[in-house]
Amino acid sequence: MKASPYLVLALVLTVCFTLATGLEPRATTWSNRSKSGNVFSVLFGDGRRLFANQFFTMADVYFHSGYYPSIFDLRGDEGPKEIVAESHGHTDSPEDEIKEDFLGKPKDWIDRFGRHFRITEHTHLEHGNEREILPWLRLAADMDPQKIETYTVGSYFMRQHLNQPREAEAFLREGLRNNLDSYEILFELGRLYNENYHDPNGARYVWQLALRRWMKQDSALQNENKLAFDEITVNLANLEREAGNYEDAIRWFQAAQKVSPDPGALQQQIDEIKKKMAAQTNAPAAAPH
Amino acid sequence: MNTIWALAGVVIKELYRRKDFYVLFVLTAIITIAAGMVNFFHDPKIVRYVKDICMLLIWVSALVVALITTARQIPAERESRTIFPLLAKPVTRWQFILGKFLGCWLATGIALLIFYIFFAIITGSREQHWPWLMYFQAAWLQWAMLAVVIALSLCGSIISAAPSSTTTICFIAVAGILLVGGHLNTVALHQTQPLQTIFYTIYFLIPHLEWFDLRDRVVYDWGLVDWLDCVLATLYAAAYTGLFLLLTWIGFRRKSLNT
Repeated sequence: MKASPYLVLALVLTVCFTLATGLEPRATTWSNRSKSGNVFSVLFGDGRRLFANQFFTMADVYFHSGYYPSIFDLRGDEGPKEIVAESHGHTDSPEDEIKEDFLGKPKDWIDRFGRHFRITEHTHLEHGNEREILPWLRLAADMDPQKIETYTVGSYFMRQHLNQPREAEAFLREGLRNNLDSYEILFELGRLYNENYHDPNGARYVWQLALRRWMKQDSALQNENKLAFDEITVNLANLEREAGNYEDAIRWFQAAQKVSPDPGALQQQIDEIKKKMAAQTNAPAAAPH
Repeated sequence: MNTIWALAGVVIKELYRRKDFYVLFVLTAIITIAAGMVNFFHDPKIVRYVKDICMLLIWVSALVVALITTARQIPAERESRTIFPLLAKPVTRWQFILGKFLGCWLATGIALLIFYIFFAIITGSREQHWPWLMYFQAAWLQWAMLAVVIALSLCGSIISAAPSSTTTICFIAVAGILLVGGHLNTVALHQTQPLQTIFYTIYFLIPHLEWFDLRDRVVYDWGLVDWLDCVLATLYAAAYTGLFLLLTWIGFRRKSLNT
C-alpha cells in the first residue's frame, strides 16, 4: 500500500502539534529565562552581563568623545570609570589629567603620523551633549538590570546636565524595582528630591531608607562600602542643618566621622553648628535688655 | 589607456548586475533606520549612536564589496576561459591587471558614494547640519584605503584559485591590521627577543590602514584633518597599492592560464 505524501505530511503535522501542546507547559519550567519579560535575558541568558559591561564602557567612551585607551594602552591601575566618578562629584585635577594621558610621546614616525587622524585630546561632553551617553546606559540596563551604577550614572546626567528629572526618576525607580535593596539608588533618588524637586522631606525619608538598607548588609560589605555611608550621612547632616535641625545635623556629622577619610573637616562643620546654636540660645536671653 | 578603461567598465557593469551591493545597502539602510527610530528617554536630539552604527556598517559593507568583487575577477576569467580571447586582443597582462584594479576601485567608489549620501541624509535629518568637507575627507581616505585592499585582494587571487579563500584571508588580514596594526609597537615593547624583532618587522612592513579610519572624527564631530596629512596618507596608500599591483603582475606574468 502506498501512502499519499499529503497524508504523511498531515500526520507529521498532527504529531508535531500534539507534542507541542504536551511539552509547552513543561518547557516553561525548565528554565527561568522564559519567565523574564526582558527580550535580552531570553536571547542571551546570563551572557548578557558581558554585553552590559561593554555598553557601560561605551557610555564612558562617548563621554570622552572617542579619546579612550584600547586594551593595549591599559596600565592595570585604572580606577572607576570617569562617568561614575563624575556622578559622585569628582572633577579631574591636573594630576588626574597627566595620569589619563595614556598615549604618551609618539614611539616612532608611524605612531606620530597616525596621531594626525586619531583623537588625541582629553575632553568631556558638555553643554547638553551628555545626552549622547544615554543610549548605551539604556542598553546596559536592559542587558543587566542588576548593574546598579547604570541607573545612578544615568540619573545623575539626566537631572544634573540635561534637566530631565522626571526621566531620571523613572529610570531610578526602574532600577529600584530590579534591585530592591540598593542603597546607592535610594541615595541618588534622595539627591534628586533634594536638588531637583527641592523636597527636603522626601529626600530625608529616602536617605534614611538608604541608610537602613546600608545597615542591612553584613559587616564585610559595610567595611567595603564605607564611602556610601559617608555620603548618605553627610547629605542628611547638610539637609538637617539647612532645615535648622542642628542637633540632628550634629548627630549625622558625628556618624559620618566614624568612616570619613577626613574627620577633621567634619569636626569643623560640627563646631560651626555648635557656634550657631550657642548664638541662638544667647540671642533670646540678650533680647529683654 | 582605452583598453584599461574598457576592462574597468566591464567590472563596473558587473557591480550593478550582481546583487551583493544591493543586499548590503538595504541591510545597512534597514539597521540604521531601525536604530534611528528608537526613542531613548524621550530625547529626540540623541544622534551619535546612529552615526556610529551607520559608519560601522558602511565600513564593513564597503570592505565586503571590495573584497568579493576583486577576489573573483581573475579566477572567473580563467574558469570561463574568457581570459584567452581577452589576452589575444592584444591586451597585455599588465593592462589586464590595471583594468581589473581600476574597475574594482571605481565600482567600490560608486558604492561608497551611495553609502555616504545615505549617511549624510540620515544624520543631517536629525542634526540639521551637513559637514560635507568632513564627509568628503572620510570617504576619500576610506576609498584610498580600499585601493590598498583591492590591490592586496588581486594579488591574493593570483596565489589562490578559489575566490572564497582569497576573500576570507584578505578580510582577516585587513581586519587584523585595522584592529591591532597600530598597537604592534606597544605589544613589541613587552616581548622578549626574537619576538620583539618579529613584531617590529611586521609593524613596519604592513600598510597602516587604521590611519584612514576617520569614523571617530565623524561620529564625535572632531572636525577636519589637515589637508596635507590627507595628501601624504593618499601617497602612502598609492605606494602600497603600486607595490601590491607590481607583485600581482610579477605573479601573473609567469602564471599558466589553464585551470
